[in-house]
Amino acid sequence: MTTQHDISRQWTTRARHGLLSALPADKLLPDGQPTYVASWIYVFGVATVSALVMVIATGCVLAIYGPTWWHVSSIGHFVNSLHLWSVEVFFFAMIVHLWGKFFMAAWRGGRALTWMTGGVTFLTSIGAGLTGYVSQTNFDAQWIATQAKDGINSTGIGSVFNLLDLGQMLMWHIVLLPLAAVALTGLHVLMVRVKGVVPPFATETEHHHG
Amino acid sequence: MAKRPFNPDRDVAEWHGGSQPYDLLREGFVALIAVAILITSLALLFGSPDEKSVTIRSWARADATDFVTTALGELSGATTSAGYGAPYNHASDGPALGPLHIQRMAGVTIAVDSIQDFVIAPLDSLAAGRSASLTAALLRWHAATSPQRLLWANATVVGALGVSSAPAGDPVPELLSSLSAMATSGALDQSLIAGRGFFSMDYTKPLLFIADGNWFTTLADRQNLLGTQWGMMNETGSYPGQAWLWLYTFWYQIAPFNSSGNADVLVFATMIFLSGLLIFLPFLPGLRSLPRWSKVYRLIWREHYRRTGEASRPRI
Ligand code: HEM
Repeated sequence: MTTQHDISRQWTTRARHGLLSALPADKLLPDGQPTYVASWIYVFGVATVSALVMVIATGCVLAIYGPTWWHVSSIGHFVNSLHLWSVEVFFFAMIVHLWGKFFMAAWRGGRALTWMTGGVTFLTSIGAGLTGYVSQTNFDAQWIATQAKDGINSTGIGSVFNLLDLGQMLMWHIVLLPLAAVALTGLHVLMVRVKGVVPPFATETEHHHG
Repeated sequence: MAKRPFNPDRDVAEWHGGSQPYDLLREGFVALIAVAILITSLALLFGSPDEKSVTIRSWARADATDFVTTALGELSGATTSAGYGAPYNHASDGPALGPLHIQRMAGVTIAVDSIQDFVIAPLDSLAAGRSASLTAALLRWHAATSPQRLLWANATVVGALGVSSAPAGDPVPELLSSLSAMATSGALDQSLIAGRGFFSMDYTKPLLFIADGNWFTTLADRQNLLGTQWGMMNETGSYPGQAWLWLYTFWYQIAPFNSSGNADVLVFATMIFLSGLLIFLPFLPGLRSLPRWSKVYRLIWREHYRRTGEASRPRI
């Protein structure tokens, strides 16, 4: 016989309760924000997500036709240009976002994990960029692969991660690293929703009175 | 939990101020459209570079002397790949981080034998159409000891008029001229890639061979891609490339890295350390106070401080 007590201890039940209390719908999709959320700096987090969406969308179009299509098709070349500029805008927005969050000390109030997932996403993105550059199947790819291998080899990582192996690099670039980047970004944004946007530093007056 | 004293770089006072309507999804949608327009404009305006890849064939045709010199270098062990060490071979210890030869310790996992893989095996594979003189040269090479082979390679000279060698019976000039013929025909490209059967997506061998030559560097130099030109972050043409690698390439330009044989591992270790600082910044006393000290936050939240400044003044 299953008792009420047993049901409340089920994994599924506990997961539902935990999720609902950590992520109530009005936190996930709030209809308002604190008044201090009024600065151009908040644009860059959203811009980074948008650029990431563009990176993935244009990458998917390149994937439909395969890695060498863009050398022989003018449409393919344009899609490659879109992919490249999505990446440049993505990194630009992300780095401004990073510096913004730094100067806001946005890790305060239990938001350290938000900062850290952001940092890991940054490093993951650098890996995605590098593997992308060496998957271009052109001179640039040849040069970057042969140059970057020395740094990677010097750490011992090169013994399993071979920049000169196009098959391996392409897999990392289009499967593993995008999966990681998207999962990390999801976690990152989710954590911002859970914790709410960090309040400004208290001013002298607020501090003494509060 | 014990109550810790309030630390302004770690804790926040709960927000009791007001809130304002904010349409998150609409903002996200507008941002996506704006970013899409920006990206499309950049792509239309600037496009993207696509410099054709080098092949062994194009190399041997464009600079035959460099190709033959490089191939001879493989035989005498003078090239970068021949002396590289792990993960390709045991020729050297590779760069060290203090007492740690991490590169060597990781082992030879992608075995490349520059003499065998780049020169001898491709020539051996030329069965039909192989000339009698090449067959004889290969026989002599295979029968010889390593010191004898090295003597031959070192006696061989690449001159303006071709490859020559003083010692009678030195097979190296014949090997090199046959390899050149193979290279200019394009057969060597295929032979280096198809090392493991029909399918291959692994270009380790041809890339290492091409990178051993000067021709590759000459082409890169024309594109501003050399390390001394901050090359790692550059892209062919005048595109922004991997600008986010500026700090990584920066270290290569300055002492002690720019004069160290261990630069690769030292720079990487430095970057791993700095990345650690970045990720664990919220826990690092001193560093995590920089934003508060810098006061840049006053600029970021200018609106807020202007408003609350007015509101709180009467409270004093
Ligand atoms: C793929 C890369 C990234 C994406 C898509 C992204 C996206 C976002 C978004 C949408 C927000 C909420 C809105 C905002 O405050 O701007 C946010 C907040 C935040 N991000 Fe990122 N981010 C990324 C990388 C980073 C990096 C590299 C860091 C720092 C190392 C970082 C640190 C933070 C922090 C601390 C917050 C909380 C801000 C607050 O509470 O006010 N993020 N991020």
